[in-house]
Amino acid sequence: MPTRSRRRLTPRKRTAPPTLAKVATGIEGFDEITGGGLPQGRPTLICGGPGCGKTLFGLEFLIRGAARGEPGVFVTFEETEEDLVKNVRSLGYDIADLVKRKLLAIEYVRIERSEIEETGEYDLEALFIRLDDALRSIGARRIVLDTIESIFAGLTNSGVLRAELRRLFAWLRERGITTIITGERGVDTLTRQGLEEYVSDCVILLDHRVNDQISTRRLRIVKYRGSSHGTNEYPFLIDRRGMAVLPITSLQLLHTATSERISTGVPWLDEMFGGKGYFRASSVLISGAAGTAKTSIAAHFMDAACRRGERALCFQFEESPAQYTRNMRSIGLDLDGWVRKGMLRIHAARPTLYGLEFHLATMHRDVDEVQPSVVVVDPLSSFTGGTFGEVNSMVMRLIDFLKGRNVTGVFTHLIPGSGPANEVEIGVSSLMDTWLLLRNTPPGQQGGRHLSILKSRGMPHSAETRSFRLTDEGAVVDGELTARPARRMRS
Amino acid sequence: MKKTSKKTVKNTVQKKAARRPNPKEWILRLYVAGHSARSAAALRNLQGICDRHLAGRYTIEVIDLLKQPRLARGDQIVALPTLVRRLPPPVKKIIGDLSDEERVLVGLDLRRRPRREGAPA
Repeated sequence: MPTRSRRRLTPRKRTAPPTLAKVATGIEGFDEITGGGLPQGRPTLICGGPGCGKTLFGLEFLIRGAARGEPGVFVTFEETEEDLVKNVRSLGYDIADLVKRKLLAIEYVRIERSEIEETGEYDLEALFIRLDDALRSIGARRIVLDTIESIFAGLTNSGVLRAELRRLFAWLRERGITTIITGERGVDTLTRQGLEEYVSDCVILLDHRVNDQISTRRLRIVKYRGSSHGTNEYPFLIDRRGMAVLPITSLQLLHTATSERISTGVPWLDEMFGGKGYFRASSVLISGAAGTAKTSIAAHFMDAACRRGERALCFQFEESPAQYTRNMRSIGLDLDGWVRKGMLRIHAARPTLYGLEFHLATMHRDVDEVQPSVVVVDPLSSFTGGTFGEVNSMVMRLIDFLKGRNVTGVFTHLIPGSGPANEVEIGVSSLMDTWLLLRNTPPGQQGGRHLSILKSRGMPHSAETRSFRLTDEGAVVDGELTARPARRMRS
Repeated sequence: MKKTSKKTVKNTVQKKAARRPNPKEWILRLYVAGHSARSAAALRNLQGICDRHLAGRYTIEVIDLLKQPRLARGDQIVALPTLVRRLPPPVKKIIGDLSDEERVLVGLDLRRRPRREGAPA
């Protein structure tokens, strides 16, 4: 038919190369950094050292797939089905149930070298037949091979094995099965058997490091053919809610700036900000030496939010909730009452208990749960777990996250000794919109406590240092503000 | 000897093998996929070896995994062809086309494993 052939000759620009189809893994944060998940119908290599979370990554991919009604096959070369079921139960997954509902099939492949004698030519056709049968039995479109390198330990003819692996990946690709292959990290190579040679579509490296007895897990996309991806190392964590990747690049300075102001909870401090207080969704740093009332000023702010009918969330890293609320009661703040009314949540944890990423992820999840309008982190300086860069990046991500949700964040920061303000980590302070400095008069001198505003972006503020006392009715100022802040001051 | 091998035997008992075996009898199972040249060679080699070394006291059962894929699971078959010595215990597996008779005999425990120093015949 001439018309048809002529039509075929015309260039099809419009329907030309579609963007790479991707399958969402459902793993928190991962789909975000890969722009949609794993390459659809292609193999992805997940590699890393022992205990880096490879198996779990694969399982999560299948479990989350099953939750969307997409069945998957898990081929385990190392653990028996029973062991696997037992091991992931601690993470809250009931995979036995998924198996029963035909959303998951587990194929345990065991190759025991001591039982096997090799005599002449062979291939791995039986493995293909088993995988095919497992895939068909539940109509799976996803498969995880964990860890296929084990066949090199069980069989000796590596020439045959390599050829067969190549054939296997081609076979899976041809059938359009989205595949995850896990591989143990080698000395100089990504995997011991150089699996990265066979899997050229997507390679992800997992890493598990321990610094100062605090463990940090990281994920890096080494390669993602045909797709843009972040090249950073992304921290990830594994807890009872499964796996979550924390994207650093979600840091975009896109949040809208509101000019709405909210009270600091301290009338004379509001007055120093032209009578209005902080900007909503801004970040506030309160720094000072030990015992300069940082916690109290922050608590006033939460109390004010609760009074306005807004929810507050407090991350308390030095005191237990009971101790904290008792102490705040002494300055006339009934935080207990707000907790009982469901207006305030106090999340207390030792900062050294987990790595920074774990804290950050917990904060994310808490903020998602509580939906607060103000968040207090008290104190920020207790995060010494990582290097300065790591702490800085965590704070940056947290601030960004809060701003993105229109949440005002107040962070207290302990300055060692009674040193000058410049001892505050410059990196952290530059992330803050408003910076308050608290000081005590040196012992033996008259004066009390002092507060000054070092900077406050985008608003006029008082340049005075004001002295105040903590009373059973809160922070009370001594003396009047001499001049109203009229001039716009740049910080 | 190994717990697991007992279990696999139990899982895959088949009607053919269900009849009470003579204790001296050998039951061999050859796993193949279709009628490939390699499968045929393996069967031919196996029959030759059995006739020479186990005349009159062996049974060979050929399983085509293309027809019965599920059976691969029970005996943990990965490579093809695979010969499984079901009886006498313990279960032994020999993979390949069985062209190397010496190694087949070693694998079946019909001959001692050659010492490290001496190259296998």
